[in-house]
Amino acid sequence: MKKEVIRLENIRRDFQVGDETVHALRGISFSITEGEFVTIMGTSGSGKSTLLNTLGCLDTPTSGEYYLDGVAVRTMDKNQRATLRNRKIGFVFQNYNLLPKTTAIENVELPLMYNPSCSAALRYQKAVEALKAVGLGDRLLHKSNQMSGGQMQRVAIARALVNDPAVILADEATGNLDTRTSFEVLVLFQQLHAAGRTIIFVTHNPEIAQYSSRNITLRDGHITDDTPNPHILSAAEALAHFPKQED
Amino acid sequence: MNFANLFKIALKALSNNKLRGFLTMLGIIIGVASVITMLAIGQGSKRSIQAEISEMGSNMIMIHPGGDMRGGVRLDADDMESLKLEDLEDIQTKTRYVTYISPSVNSAGQAIYGANNTPTTVYGVNLDYLEIRRYKVEDGDTFSDHDIKTAAKVCLIGKTVVDELFPNGENPVGKVIRFGTIPLRIVGVLQSKGYNSMGMDQDDLIIAPYTTVQKRILAITHLQEIVCSALSEDYTQEAIDEISEILRTNHKLKASDEDDFSIRSQQELASMLTSTTDMMTVLLAAVAGISLLVGGIGIMNIMYVSVTERTREIGLRMSIGAKGRDILAQFLIESILISVTGGLIGVLFGIGAAIVVNIVAAFPIYIQPWSVFLSFAVCTLTGVFFGWYPAQKAAMLDPIEAIRYE
Repeated sequence: MKKEVIRLENIRRDFQVGDETVHALRGISFSITEGEFVTIMGTSGSGKSTLLNTLGCLDTPTSGEYYLDGVAVRTMDKNQRATLRNRKIGFVFQNYNLLPKTTAIENVELPLMYNPSCSAALRYQKAVEALKAVGLGDRLLHKSNQMSGGQMQRVAIARALVNDPAVILADEATGNLDTRTSFEVLVLFQQLHAAGRTIIFVTHNPEIAQYSSRNITLRDGHITDDTPNPHILSAAEALAHFPKQED
Repeated sequence: MNFANLFKIALKALSNNKLRGFLTMLGIIIGVASVITMLAIGQGSKRSIQAEISEMGSNMIMIHPGGDMRGGVRLDADDMESLKLEDLEDIQTKTRYVTYISPSVNSAGQAIYGANNTPTTVYGVNLDYLEIRRYKVEDGDTFSDHDIKTAAKVCLIGKTVVDELFPNGENPVGKVIRFGTIPLRIVGVLQSKGYNSMGMDQDDLIIAPYTTVQKRILAITHLQEIVCSALSEDYTQEAIDEISEILRTNHKLKASDEDDFSIRSQQELASMLTSTTDMMTVLLAAVAGISLLVGGIGIMNIMYVSVTERTREIGLRMSIGAKGRDILAQFLIESILISVTGGLIGVLFGIGAAIVVNIVAAFPIYIQPWSVFLSFAVCTLTGVFFGWYPAQKAAMLDPIEAIRYE
């Protein structure tokens, strides 16, 4: 049996808005094993952002237990969670969130800057490896404002990979990209999946679910559907059928 | 968190915003530079006044006869004939704190040479007088003790008198001038001392043996004044106390009697003048300090805007593992870097400006090492103090909200 990376046990998250209590998550339980590519889908208001924040150790559940790579997260304080994020999680955001006027290599090095046990030489070496893995080995010194959306998202993915995380959390990672570039990025995610990475991809685009190995659907804070995908489509094949770009 | 990494991160963030960093720095640069320049000017003028007073003889003590009551009538101090040569001799032999002592009798009148004449004053003194008042003989020689004993008709003259009486540039030494009706042979010319801080021309005088002035010009036997110098400025008060005691004994004053003489020193003048310049220094420094404060508020303002503007960046840093204290440290280091760099540039500018003031306006300056150190320390503290609040605000951000901030 494969190693369990994530286990949620009856996670609830309540927010106090004025006098009202909003139940964003109403008892979520699932576990994800190493090497899965899971899409979490849901309309806005379904609680998927809250779930993502919880999975990313940015937020703590009101009740229930969350184990990330075997570690109980709920009882951790802010600083412990920051360190945990630094070592175990790689984030990919919809709007890339690269540092402005900063080179690709410096952006990718950033998570390791907050890891005192990582030397400058090792940091550089790991960042170069991560950028090569996303196909940007020739653009190490390009600044973030000199890159296209697809390239910026690749840099962001390299940044998520650089600390060798237990799980990569992607939040609408293709949301800002055109269809062709979206597929290029999806190809990259499938390659990472094939290489054994655990990926959680939060999206409201049902199309993407066809390319993942498992799909979880949320509605009003409950899981309405949790099915493995037996027929994973290849994003690379889909990309090959795209009409060639003019230039 | 590794400090070197935080330093790198802060440096990088600053270099991404060079112009803004520089503009923020400008406040500190101007503040520090003005503190240093103002203090340099204040201290410079204080020192030049002190030097001038000590040129006049800061340890000089002047003894005048005092007013007295005779049958219920208060008499003019100048009419008193209470100071005698014996008083002088007693002071000379009995005190420990007096180095030089000279009698002084003077008379205003007209000095005449050929067709030229000028109003001036003749001072009858002994040779100690030159030491007390710090006059030097530039040309010729002083008169001798023998000249004093014999009331010789010789004199030394100041530069102003030379210019008036010898406009054609002849050598005055050896010439005989007349003071009133008395012919005096010039034995030496005094080195020019210029005007003192009270605006008095210190070169407009004739110096002659006191016996000559007493006997031949004024026809008196008493002394109008005794001038002496204390061992140093610090012993002035001790010297005054000693002299006062000797004179009271000599003049047979009872314990209940008032002094029949008055003793003055340059100290009051000196302390008055230095307190004036001290006040000026404080004023200048206060104005400059305010501009440093304004510079500090500038830092706070910019850092505050910067935190708001970089909310997403802060959110990102937190989501990839930066702790609150890492963010706090980064922003604090940024503001300290701004203020310290600004401080360094300000120190250089301040010293430069002070030197320019010195050269262009010929204003005396003195750059005190502590003023440089102090303003540098103050601006570092400014960086910490005014950087703290914005940095704290950044550190308290919620990463969930910050990362989605538009």
